[in-house]
Amino acid sequence: MNSLSLSFELAGCVATILLLVGMPVAYWLAFSNWRGKFLLESIVALPLVLPPTVLGFYALLAMGPRGPLGKLWIALFGHGLAFTFAGLVLASVVYSFPFAVQPLMVSFEAVDRKLLDASALLGAGKWRTFCRIILPLSLPGVVTALVLSFAHTLGEFGVVLMVGGNLAGVTRTVSIDIYDRVQSLEYGEANRLALLLLAIAFAVLCFVYAVNRRVWTPAWTRWTAK
Amino acid sequence: MDREVSSHTLLASVRKEQRDAASFVLDVSLEAPPGITILFGPSGAGKSSLLDCLAGLVRPNAGKIALDEHVLFDSETRVDVPPQRRRIAYVFQSLALFPHLTVEQNVAYGLRDIAGRDRHERAEEILQAFRIARLQNQRPSQISGGERQRVALARSLATKPQLLLLDEPLTGLDAELKASIVDDLRAWNAAKRIPILYVTHSREEVDALGERVIAIDNGRVVSHGAPMDVLDAPRRKRLAQAAGFENLLNATVLDLREPDGVMRVRLGESACKIEVPLAQASAGDRVQVAIRAGDILLASERPHGLSARNVLEGKILSLDRRGTMCIARVDCGVTFVAHVTPGAVHALELANEKRVWLVLKTHSCHLVD
Repeated sequence: MNSLSLSFELAGCVATILLLVGMPVAYWLAFSNWRGKFLLESIVALPLVLPPTVLGFYALLAMGPRGPLGKLWIALFGHGLAFTFAGLVLASVVYSFPFAVQPLMVSFEAVDRKLLDASALLGAGKWRTFCRIILPLSLPGVVTALVLSFAHTLGEFGVVLMVGGNLAGVTRTVSIDIYDRVQSLEYGEANRLALLLLAIAFAVLCFVYAVNRRVWTPAWTRWTAK
Repeated sequence: MDREVSSHTLLASVRKEQRDAASFVLDVSLEAPPGITILFGPSGAGKSSLLDCLAGLVRPNAGKIALDEHVLFDSETRVDVPPQRRRIAYVFQSLALFPHLTVEQNVAYGLRDIAGRDRHERAEEILQAFRIARLQNQRPSQISGGERQRVALARSLATKPQLLLLDEPLTGLDAELKASIVDDLRAWNAAKRIPILYVTHSREEVDALGERVIAIDNGRVVSHGAPMDVLDAPRRKRLAQAAGFENLLNATVLDLREPDGVMRVRLGESACKIEVPLAQASAGDRVQVAIRAGDILLASERPHGLSARNVLEGKILSLDRRGTMCIARVDCGVTFVAHVTPGAVHALELANEKRVWLVLKTHSCHLVD
């Protein structure tokens, strides 16, 4: 498997997991009245300010044969977590967490509270209100979360290097591949991959900003456009 | 779930301290039998907070809320039925229609316990009753303000609630449209007979709807009864202003004429003396007199042979045309505001500085304490 398709597979897994895990966290952050909420908010935002090597270092320790996650993984599957694709997914989920949670939280918070009250008064419980009111009205946020966590995972370098190493077909993502090729003076091939990543990153950001500025109004955002 | 609803009376006593300690404490007891009960009072009097407590959106500090023997909230026995199980319909001032759902989906939102076909029929029935069936596939952003109000009413009533709360649902509509929506609401409720609490600060709406009025100010019930009794004898100044008494004048009691049922008062520091209905007061007391601008007659000559006891001479300070009405400010030592028609302005040749006489019936002068 070449490094590009490996990166896409990793980003796809991470974005899907983040959407599922991010939603309950974002919901809680948006609607909880607990005063200590800022604690969780800070934890979620940590990967934004930490150097990837710091995050990667602790992820590596946790996943190593003597780390808690590593031990658990060995007990469950009989092999270690470090330097595997699964380990890479896990570390990337943590690293891209704020990119999924923050757009979701912002769009959940933007839903008019009166609509939630109205839904409750019409007999709907929290789950039904979430599925029928909050989620459909937050679709631009959901798309943003999905795309940003995908793109951010695609571009990561430090965490992957720390946790995954550089195993061709297993943990060698495109960003590491580029680094490798530069090291071995294959500038032409490095440039080809780098340009591709640049183009993808630009396209993704254009898409996200256009969705949020409602440049075109795709079918699923028409409802919220007043 | 879909049992037939019999009519209940709402009994509520609610005490709620506001977060901001400086503001008032909501402390209200009320009873609302089937039919329309109006909650009337100035903005910020606590009307909406009261509805929020009844609906279960806000938890009172103490009190009890029940529909006959069915208890929804009781601070003593720690009963607190969540809003989704109270069977209370609530139409917010903002209406809160779901923007991504069609009119029919909005109206059918609360009907999920009913199987497909019945559900469609029930939605259809209520869409017809509120004359919005032709809009069923439109979204809220595509229909007019009056239509949105109809959709919000229909949506809340589709669930067959036991109590309907309306928080100024018809603000911003013209009188005709308002009247037609209210007629549809009345027609619907003639059969169902549930209590409807209708919050407003508009005097016109009270006149149009009134069966019973509960006046609220500063978080408390200040009076209740038939609209005429509650609004025409305002006992509180803020209420008087909210009820459309444009003239609120300080006065000093001069003497009481008990056999005639009147007393004379002097207005402000002026020489103006008028007769007002007798009240518990004695000479020298300070009182306030509330007079509606529409109850004041204007004459261009000193009138003779009138039953009205109060004739005051004055000078026009200003004339403002407002739609089909003219607002005249007249200086008689104190300044009065009077409403006259543009026709009268023309016929009497009213203009700034012109000398006029104001005529006030004794019983148009209300005492405020």
